[in-house]
Amino acid sequence: MKDKPKNNKPIFLFIGKDKEPLFSKKNKKLLSDPLDDNNPITVQVLGICSALAITVQLEPAIVMTMSVIFVMACSNVIISVLRNLIPNRIRIIVFLVVISSLVALVDQFLKAYAYEVSKELSIFIGLIVTNCIIMGRLEAFALGNGIWKSFLDGIGNAFAYGIILILVAFFRELLGSGNLMGVQVIPDFIYEMGYENNGLMLLSPMALITVGIIIWIQRSRNKKLIEQG
Amino acid sequence: MWEQYANLFIKSIFIENMVFAYFLGMCSYLAISKTLKNGVGMGLAVIFVLTITVPLNYLIYEYLLVDGALAWIGPEYAELDLSFLSLIMFIAVIASMVQLVEMIIEKFSPSLYGSLGIFLPLIAVNCAILGGSLFMQIKDFSGVSEAAVYGFGSGIGWFLAIVAIAAIREKIAYSNVPAPLKGLGITFIITGLMALGFMSFMGIKL
Repeated sequence: MKDKPKNNKPIFLFIGKDKEPLFSKKNKKLLSDPLDDNNPITVQVLGICSALAITVQLEPAIVMTMSVIFVMACSNVIISVLRNLIPNRIRIIVFLVVISSLVALVDQFLKAYAYEVSKELSIFIGLIVTNCIIMGRLEAFALGNGIWKSFLDGIGNAFAYGIILILVAFFRELLGSGNLMGVQVIPDFIYEMGYENNGLMLLSPMALITVGIIIWIQRSRNKKLIEQG
Repeated sequence: MWEQYANLFIKSIFIENMVFAYFLGMCSYLAISKTLKNGVGMGLAVIFVLTITVPLNYLIYEYLLVDGALAWIGPEYAELDLSFLSLIMFIAVIASMVQLVEMIIEKFSPSLYGSLGIFLPLIAVNCAILGGSLFMQIKDFSGVSEAAVYGFGSGIGWFLAIVAIAAIREKIAYSNVPAPLKGLGITFIITGLMALGFMSFMGIKL
């Protein structure tokens, strides 16, 4: 009699785990959490380099976002599959090999099908390898979680990173050159009334200041993100 | 001759500063600049690793990977172009060099290891290091000494940036910053202003 609950418990747990629906509350949280409370750029401070350098125009920012989503989802899944086989001491090198092979794939793909954009992104596609978001999520999440969860976490974080990227690029291109995706959106009569494009927005320092302002707005809306001390 | 090296050196420190012009190595720049002491340690480690890895990667790229580089083995290899491997090669060199440097420092200078040691593993994923090698690939240097000067200069530029921001952050801890801007937000805006300052170097013709 005493043995029954002991035997039941693990089996029950196992079934419970197996039966967890693909989009349970917990899994949905993996997707939505990075968007605000745990945003990779404005809260975790990961992956800043590329976020700033390629946001002069909307188009490269979107291409970059898609590349990061691809690399991150794939590498999270691969590391999660291999997580019990990787020796702890050399895990960083294993991460680097997985990520850099995926990035080399993306790089060659862009060179073949989107040469103009890949020229514009120059070394920053290569720098996805050292994008700390990917490394950070592999270390913090994929190494200890199942395949489906890691996949969701990868998509969620890469997407949240992309949102900030696109937001910054949107304001910089709109205010800096009056275009969006290379198409003029500010009508001519406004220019005739004396409106001028703000050339400062195209320079690199304004990317930093734009991100600073985004952080300011986010934190004044979401008080629990404010840093103490 | 020397003039050309001096030009490259000044250019890589001020005009093409890793942090302010290309935003490379931003993550560690923001994470480790809370105190001046850590900032100096990280900056020195970056100078060290950049000066070693850029010329090393230059040699590997020039004699193994670039189009026609393998001609020295034999004429039948002259048409091989392995440059698509450069990314993986560079990152492997950087990761293994960082391990090697860490072991050497630990063995020969425990005091230096005490101040640099904890930062070295972080460097493998610092984009300034990989960025240095990737820029080297684009820039078409004429020799290994130019690559070394470029690596050293970029390292010094990064060092200057992190030391400056760490000193400012130590002071700003005592001032009255609006609460939502505290910490990360104000650091971003200050870095932006510093970058604006560094843009004035752009006018210099060398």
